[in-house]
Amino acid sequence: MKTSEEIYKSLKEKFGDSIIELNSAQPVEAFIIVNPQSIDEVCLFLKDNEEFKFDSLMCLSGVDDANGEKKTNEDGSTAIIGATLSVFYHLESIELKHKVTLKVSVNKDNPEVKSVTGVWSHADWHEREAYDLLGIKFLNHPDLRRILMPYDWEAGYPLRKDYENPEFYQGMKVPY
Amino acid sequence: MGILDQQFTNDNIVIAKTEDLLNWARLSSLWQVGFGLACCAIEMMATSASHYDFDRFGVIPRPSPRQSDVIIVSGTVTLKMAIRVKRLYEQMPDPKYVISMGSCSNCGGPYWEHGYHVLKGVDRVIPVDVYVPGCPPRPEALLEGLLKLQEKIRYESLVKKSA
Repeated sequence: MKTSEEIYKSLKEKFGDSIIELNSAQPVEAFIIVNPQSIDEVCLFLKDNEEFKFDSLMCLSGVDDANGEKKTNEDGSTAIIGATLSVFYHLESIELKHKVTLKVSVNKDNPEVKSVTGVWSHADWHEREAYDLLGIKFLNHPDLRRILMPYDWEAGYPLRKDYENPEFYQGMKVPY
Repeated sequence: MGILDQQFTNDNIVIAKTEDLLNWARLSSLWQVGFGLACCAIEMMATSASHYDFDRFGVIPRPSPRQSDVIIVSGTVTLKMAIRVKRLYEQMPDPKYVISMGSCSNCGGPYWEHGYHVLKGVDRVIPVDVYVPGCPPRPEALLEGLLKLQEKIRYESLVKKSA
């Protein structure tokens, strides 16, 4: 059994700057914020290391953080600057009976995260879902295409806060 | 209007109008497409099972739309599925009927406002004969919907085109 603090310390020693911080100020369990470009290495370490043995990725979820600052341009149009998307990884070790939560945050304009399908193959569909609904691009994913929405859906990513539903899809009216 | 009350007592002769005979035959053997979409499909299966016994009205699920007379749209029709529902309907031979079961397929149901993926009513892609309200409707409600459809078929005309 390892606590989040112990796991954070070990990761910080091993990966240095790639491990950004441990956030335990939330009412939920503490989570470790990781650099999106090294999440695959960190996960592989957590899975293979004898002390951690995180053999199960319980859940992988994408989140639109609904942050960023609204800026009004001169012509009256508004744009949101500095918005981020996040991915949470809930890991569990069935053998050692401990859990940990990892988080990566990426810029909404270029949301690229390393894929962890090479570590846990069941991350495949979770990542496809996060891509489908939030547009987070998982680098090195073997088959990154939509999983729930139609393959020819061109209106964007529905769970983004700035998403707007199209008027029509294939001749069918979409709004009520 | 029934056929059996116009039979002669001794000989095996029944006199009926062709229209009545055909309508009676059609309404008494409404084979449904074996097809379900969401939680309404569970109620539909319960209606098919022994307790409510859809079969007593001649409704049996067929594995192919080409052998079916009625399609019960039982559940949320997503935009992705709507294309398939339409294709299933087009594959059915005439005369064909549609029962829209539950709030989702009637009008989008709880997804009416924020359901980015839901078609707000199956009647946007195929013509519906009977709407059964409920979320999901009880088997009794679906039976009532079927009886309404039978009533509609009973008064259909071969000459006049139905709407």
